[in-house]
Amino acid sequence: MPTKGEKDAVTGRETTGHEWDGIRELNTPLPRWWLYVFYASIAFAVGYGVLYPSVPWLHGHFAGLLGYTNRNAVAEEMAAVAQRQAPIIERIRTSDLTAIRSDPQLFAFAVAGGKAAFADNCVPCHRAGGAGAPGFPTLAADRWLWGGTLETIHQTISHGVRNDDPDSHQSAMPRFGLDGMLTAAQISDVADYVRSLSGHAGPAGAIERGAKIFAENCALCHGETGKGNRDVGAPDLTAKISLYGSDRATVVDVITRARAGSMPSWSRRLDPVTIKMLTMYVHSLGGGE
Amino acid sequence: MDMQSPDQSPDTSSREIPFFATRRKVYPRRVKGPIRRIKWAVLAVCLAVYYLAPWLRWDRGIGRPDQAFLIDMPARRAYFLGLEIWPQEVYYIAGLLILGAVGLFCVTSLFGRLWCGFTCPQTVWTDLFMWAERLIEGDRMARVRLDQQSWSSEKLAKKAAKHAVWLVIAALTGGAWIMYFNDAPTVTWQVATLQASTTVYFFFGLFTATTYLLAGWAREQVCTYMCPWPRFQSAMVDEDTLTVTYRGWRGEPRGRHHKGESWEGRGDCVDCHACVAVCPTGIDIRDGLQLECIGCGLCIDACNEIMDNLQRPRQLIAFDTAANRIAQERGSSVRLRLIRPRTLIYSVVLIALTGAMLATLLTRTTAGIAVLADRSPLFVRLSDGSISNNFTIKLQNKAAMPRTFELVVQGLPGATIQIEEDERPFMDADLGVPLKVKGDSIGTFHAHLHVRQTTGAEAPFVFEARAQEDGETVRYRATFRGPAQ
Repeated sequence: MPTKGEKDAVTGRETTGHEWDGIRELNTPLPRWWLYVFYASIAFAVGYGVLYPSVPWLHGHFAGLLGYTNRNAVAEEMAAVAQRQAPIIERIRTSDLTAIRSDPQLFAFAVAGGKAAFADNCVPCHRAGGAGAPGFPTLAADRWLWGGTLETIHQTISHGVRNDDPDSHQSAMPRFGLDGMLTAAQISDVADYVRSLSGHAGPAGAIERGAKIFAENCALCHGETGKGNRDVGAPDLTAKISLYGSDRATVVDVITRARAGSMPSWSRRLDPVTIKMLTMYVHSLGGGE
Repeated sequence: MDMQSPDQSPDTSSREIPFFATRRKVYPRRVKGPIRRIKWAVLAVCLAVYYLAPWLRWDRGIGRPDQAFLIDMPARRAYFLGLEIWPQEVYYIAGLLILGAVGLFCVTSLFGRLWCGFTCPQTVWTDLFMWAERLIEGDRMARVRLDQQSWSSEKLAKKAAKHAVWLVIAALTGGAWIMYFNDAPTVTWQVATLQASTTVYFFFGLFTATTYLLAGWAREQVCTYMCPWPRFQSAMVDEDTLTVTYRGWRGEPRGRHHKGESWEGRGDCVDCHACVAVCPTGIDIRDGLQLECIGCGLCIDACNEIMDNLQRPRQLIAFDTAANRIAQERGSSVRLRLIRPRTLIYSVVLIALTGAMLATLLTRTTAGIAVLADRSPLFVRLSDGSISNNFTIKLQNKAAMPRTFELVVQGLPGATIQIEEDERPFMDADLGVPLKVKGDSIGTFHAHLHVRQTTGAEAPFVFEARAQEDGETVRYRATFRGPAQ
């Protein structure tokens, strides 16, 4: 302990009484305001430690008297948001699709909600904004496999394509090459014809031969003019956009092996309101009918 | 430039100056005189404007706020009499602040710290608080005695009364502040009946607390230590600037003077310390111009009173320039030079800025358009080979009445357009889609724009919206994107 009143001769200030090799330490106390803030911090820490989750135990931790957790706080905020949105959600639940579309407030809400749900669920395949990717249709364009009206979009999202939902869209294109229904030469001709439907050039003779093969084998689903058939999800072959690609090798490959993309039945994963909102969003991307 | 009195320059070489000085409490004495009267008048005008402005009404039509000065944060609108400012026009506020700053520079280089000494809220409220303090605790000597004596019921009563009055003034100040952001009669009633929002009470409390602390306790320390303005305004002051000046050539050598003694061979300063006693920042102006001097001129009033009693000429301390003081020391004098390069430059900047502000204000439109192109995807190819771009269009209608804007696309031949919020199918984009926007609001529209022929990676074009009602037209330069050729 410092000797009371012992002063340093040079500076005239008190010393702590510590001495090393004749050098004495001056007593420089903490500033008063700093000390009080320090004490206040200790008092705060004690209060905080009692009220909030603080001390870790071997298993778990002390939960605090208030029972606060970040998870609960988020859940409360989410519940508050849900409560605020409840009236409009209820109106979407009870309104049919055309009624939602013609109500500016409901429509704006549904498109905003659909956009968020789309980003969570649909973007991995259909890409942001419904831009599409090879094998995954572009939803912002005007060519639809199963229909682009509100009703048909809603049906497709609800039950999906080629899955085990009994209401899902079902269809299969024959494997013309693998199953030996057409020879390689015939497939080559029909590929030239199919590409000519969307304006691609090809040898005139092959196109003529291909047209006959098409009429016998493909027109049943894709239509005599190649316009497609939405009942069986047969694409419009005259469109200048294609699902898998319009280069010759891709067309030959599709005819040879056939393709059958699938989409989940979203009514098993999402609630009806979300599916309605997704329908509004997809319909608003620019291709809605 | 010699700003220090010749005999008062402190010898800093032999004395160690500590970095920290404890505050000496200032007890300014009451003073009478023309400058004090001007200060009272300025104080009355400033306080009246501050307290009464929110109560001014201004008819803007049904359903619109009728408060003349109102900053409506939730609705994102600011109202100044007939002017309504949207957040997009916040540069007007930036312009006002720049105008205020340059105006301050100009006035300071001409007349010194007029702002600090007369109109600064810190000065005005400190003056008001000192007035209340003097009413309750008495003048300078009474206050010094009161602080020195031990605690008694009288001292307690006086101190309690003073702080109560201060808190009432502070609460009225904080209360008036929130009225600029809410409808004044409504918010007054809500605050009184404990129905106002937490935000209102928070800012009410905040401005009450800052007023009480800054005008009651901190006072001159705000000017000396907290305010940046005194620190750099020496850059505006030169030898032709009017400042509170002690005419040392007349006052020195100072000394006590007894009645009947001769004034020969001595200065007019009788070292009575009247100038020090009245100073709200507690300095001695005879030490020359200094950072702490806020230029309020109360020492001039105090000294003139003494000079009158002594039957000596007034203006031993006066608003004067350093150039004139130095000239007078040599027996001549210089006239006040108002027109100097720096005041000319400040004036030109001031006039140019005011002109620019007025020009933009007079040519201000009541419509606006902003277009945001969808970026994912940038464009989509359609089944007939044409390209589609999506845009979000925001139409601002700053007029009170609803208006219908004809949206036309210029510079994209053969383009067709459809608006998601409109029932019409795709139509020629140069025909004009009528879009309704409610009064005083923004309409949001999603446009699908189709172009048949190839446009390349980027094709500039223009969205034009023309109000059917009054022909007001706004344009936005946008870009149509497609596959690179």
